[in-house]
Amino acid sequence: MTMLPASTERQLGLAIDLDTCVGCQACVTACKGWNDQGQGGPLSDQDPYGADPSGTFLNRVHSYQVQPAEGTAKIINFPRSCLHCQDAPCVPVCPTGASYKRAEDGIVLVNAAACIGCGLCAWACPYGARELDAAAGVMKKCTLCVDRIYNENLPEIDREPACVRTCPTGARHFGDFSDPDSKVSRLSADRGGYALMPEMATRPTNRYLPPRAKDAASTASPLAPLLDIQASGFAGWLDKVLGKI
Amino acid sequence: MHPAPSVILFTVLSGLGFGFLAFLGAGLVLPQPGLNALLLWGLGYGLAVGGLMASTFHLGNPRRAWRAFSQWQSSWLSREAWASLAALLALAPVALSDLLGLGWPRGFGLVGTGLALITVATTSMIYTQLKTIPRWNHWTTPLMFVTFALAGGAILAGQTGIALPLLVVLALALLAHWQFGDRRFAEVGASLATATGLGHIGALSVFEPAHTADNYLLREMIYVVGRKHVQKLRVIALICTVMLPAVLLSLGQGLPFVALALLCHLAGAFAARWLFFAQAEHVVGLYYGKR
Repeated sequence: MTMLPASTERQLGLAIDLDTCVGCQACVTACKGWNDQGQGGPLSDQDPYGADPSGTFLNRVHSYQVQPAEGTAKIINFPRSCLHCQDAPCVPVCPTGASYKRAEDGIVLVNAAACIGCGLCAWACPYGARELDAAAGVMKKCTLCVDRIYNENLPEIDREPACVRTCPTGARHFGDFSDPDSKVSRLSADRGGYALMPEMATRPTNRYLPPRAKDAASTASPLAPLLDIQASGFAGWLDKVLGKI
Repeated sequence: MHPAPSVILFTVLSGLGFGFLAFLGAGLVLPQPGLNALLLWGLGYGLAVGGLMASTFHLGNPRRAWRAFSQWQSSWLSREAWASLAALLALAPVALSDLLGLGWPRGFGLVGTGLALITVATTSMIYTQLKTIPRWNHWTTPLMFVTFALAGGAILAGQTGIALPLLVVLALALLAHWQFGDRRFAEVGASLATATGLGHIGALSVFEPAHTADNYLLREMIYVVGRKHVQKLRVIALICTVMLPAVLLSLGQGLPFVALALLCHLAGAFAARWLFFAQAEHVVGLYYGKR
């Protein structure tokens, strides 16, 4: 079971647009909200309202500052969750078979009933995608909302991961990367979507779309001649006198 | 990495136990039937099994530990479970023969010796296989683990002639592990730039953390405390694991020397194993601007 499938029929994943993400954390909240009562259910918090709160989350949004060689620094919000890697290192290390990758759609899941909570899969993941639930003693991770995307009890518009459904700026896209004509594949190809930490040889499914180059503020304003006001008359005399003091 | 006491206890004690069992199995220690055999085999089994028990303390669900036997085809942790069970079973007839003075042939013993050393090697591979922790992901890790088991076993067996060269090899293995380890992270080439893919824009830094409270990742994998005294701890580890036991064993034979040498060796082994974890940097720390 913890052998990785040689290939998967489909390759479901996310394309995350770093250009449009505003770092509002709505995806973090929606993810927690859905998955707290979803298939892997509850995502426990410890001391949530106390002095030292801590909790299990499947999605986190970081903020980085980039200082280009010229111009001002840019802030880039950076959502981080499971990338549903094709060579997922978290799967073969699992001693119990609880961690597995589905051959039909490539989703990496944890069978909570078989997880002993040894933590080795989290150690093997370069992306910090897995967090051990301190209350349940089992590993939790992004399920790509497997209990939403195939759920025929939900309206069709809701059959996508909670983070994608909720994103107010449309920075998250869900689809099948094995189909070169899917929305996410085309988006990734158009925008130069890339994989994280290629040196770890995990072959992630998820793609990140880089921030677009920003316009530089024009230094030459069309109103510039009008703004260059020369004082004349009494004001001009006052300007000269005050300038000399 | 967080140096969990249960994992340090497990790797040090079961390593020593399997190392000693390897010596007993190979007939390099021949106990007298009765109490002597009971004590020596009991010590070997006690350390090995006690260490394995300690390892279950860090599990979230220890009741399901039996499931760890199922994935031997892919998982080093599962292979370790099988190897340890096989070693303990293969050595059982030899232990029984020694205990009751039956004088059975020791063929099983040699198989048990091999399996005991394979067990230690599988333990080390759990750490060595992890690309995410460059310091561990190197051939010096299994070398260091197996040499630790052999040297500890030789000290416990009171075999000065074998222990002294093994202690020299252990010193070299530790030095090599530290030397290579200090360069591994840079060699692997992971950085905040590769972690985010944003390096081409400019100089990257963490602007705001993803969360203000701590979490599993920070507690488990981003352990930045205690690296301040690395060099001192390395010297202490070398003196205690290698030099003091070598001097004590050279000074004389007999229980007091062996016991003192073992205590020094163990103290050093705990220090070295603590460093093994505390110094190991996981690449996920990059996302948090920490290593």
